[in-house]
Amino acid sequence: MTKYSMYSKMIIHALLRRRSRMIVALLAIAVGATVLSGLITIYYDVPRQMGREFRSYGANLVFIPAGSSQALAEQDIDRAAGLLPRDKVIGIAPYLYERVKVNEQPIMAAGTKFQEVKKVSPYWQIRGKWPAEKSSGVVIGQEVAEFLKVEPGQSITLAAGDGTEQKVTVEGIVRTGGNEENFVFVDLPLLQKMLKKEGQISVGQVSIMATEAELAALSKNVETQVTGVSPRLVKRVTQSEGMVLGKLQALVYLVTIIILLLTLICAATTMMAVVTERRKEIGLKKALGAENRSIILEFLGEGLALGGLGGIIGTVLGFFFAQAVSINVFGRAIDFQPFIALVAFVVSITVSGVACMIPVKIATDVEPAIVLRGE
Amino acid sequence: MGLLELRDISMIYGNVKALQDIQLTVRQGEWLAIMGPSGSGKTTLMNIIGCMDKATSGSIVLDGLDLSALDSKSLTAIRRDKIGLVFQQFHLIPYLTALENVMVAQYYHSLPDEQEAMAALARVGLQERARHLPSQLSGGEQQRVCIARALINYPMLILADEPTGNLDEANESIVLGIFEQLHREGHTIITVTHDPEVAELAERCIVLEHGRIADERKHKSVVREEKGA
Repeated sequence: MTKYSMYSKMIIHALLRRRSRMIVALLAIAVGATVLSGLITIYYDVPRQMGREFRSYGANLVFIPAGSSQALAEQDIDRAAGLLPRDKVIGIAPYLYERVKVNEQPIMAAGTKFQEVKKVSPYWQIRGKWPAEKSSGVVIGQEVAEFLKVEPGQSITLAAGDGTEQKVTVEGIVRTGGNEENFVFVDLPLLQKMLKKEGQISVGQVSIMATEAELAALSKNVETQVTGVSPRLVKRVTQSEGMVLGKLQALVYLVTIIILLLTLICAATTMMAVVTERRKEIGLKKALGAENRSIILEFLGEGLALGGLGGIIGTVLGFFFAQAVSINVFGRAIDFQPFIALVAFVVSITVSGVACMIPVKIATDVEPAIVLRGE
Repeated sequence: MGLLELRDISMIYGNVKALQDIQLTVRQGEWLAIMGPSGSGKTTLMNIIGCMDKATSGSIVLDGLDLSALDSKSLTAIRRDKIGLVFQQFHLIPYLTALENVMVAQYYHSLPDEQEAMAALARVGLQERARHLPSQLSGGEQQRVCIARALINYPMLILADEPTGNLDEANESIVLGIFEQLHREGHTIITVTHDPEVAELAERCIVLEHGRIADERKHKSVVREEKGA
């Protein structure tokens, strides 16, 4: 038998045959690792989750015509959209604004794609239903509905400045508490045709999952590559998003550090108790001729094995903990992140190794004579 | 010159003189018993001989090597290589089997050898109990494991502290039988005991009182031998 296999045997048996004692130590490390792994997962997932949350508050990037131009070409918007990371884009809603008349009353009309509006502005409250694409159905703002005294299902006639008329059906009435309540939202191609502005839009609203810095970089890229488009960040959204995320991450970071310290103290205390109750065994080993190095390696081996096992348990439980937090707080599941699992595992081993240092130092101070004195 | 030479050994703890000017020679192959009442300094003397403590003054020479000049690391090496320890309370590692307990001493000494450890257990009649944990062994069996462990590295000196102190009569007899056998084989043994019957088996017995050697007795056979010579 080699020295290494005897060493492994001693470590394994010390852990397995002293189960009740070791389970306490294992629990201390596993609980710490669970919270740690969970918090690291949440720490890294918060921007993603909160990013999604923020995206329900509307666009964070708008495309407006560059220079003195009053309109954007639809194909420019498509080119600009092609420069954005597809998996991060929630939606791109084009708008063509024009004043029209309804019953001789001037009303602002906005031609748009309803499917995209649903994605970019999920906070819109619709009474009735969303119109189908390429239909003559419209959504009107609450203010307009009250002014015209119309309800979903009724028809109104829109008149352009040149007298062109278009009969449309009110499918839904929108409430947002904002300017949208003063608009009539029409299917984009229908309004473009009516106004003879095919292929033109006034503005493009983009909802994209990105930090303020990422958005700034994307904007710069679009501005450089698509000359007709001038991208603008919606500062009130991006800045408050960045601020809230920063504070939330700082909070989770702080809690993670505190948990790490608590785990360290808990593991060190447990290991110290383990060492104290094994003073006689240490004395015996020294009496048998064990050098301090051997004693240190044995206790460190036990500590690291516990740390490894506790780390694996903690990493798995931590994922479920983070999953439960994510589902309950954000309403969305998270993906297993192998890198975070590896970090939590390594941190657990390191923490238990460091926690072993003080007790191991005590272990080497034990005098072998205590075994003969029978203390 | 004996295997072990103690010259003017004194041990002082604060104001307490645990040992005073001990002069003792133990020759190769001798069985020496140390007797004395509690607090007479028996254990302190064993600790010094066993390289687990250093005397306040005096010199101790084992196999020609002056131990009083050595540091703690070197004393550990001497303890590992030259001394076999048998304890009153057995002191087996509870989570290792009898066989593994013997192999631990090999592990710290050189290389663990299962066959050799098994042979040591067989020598004390425990080969059938080799895979049992200490908690599954009787007191006598545990002490025999302790003896097998003490012998496994072929020590030149066996130190036994009250080896039968925690045993019933039947087990005491078995353990003493092993010690007699070891003595016959030429091992040098020092035994601390309260039991006159155990001391009676040794060739020589010293009695400690208040840290001094108060009396020294030789076994009848030794006396006879000396007279004959």
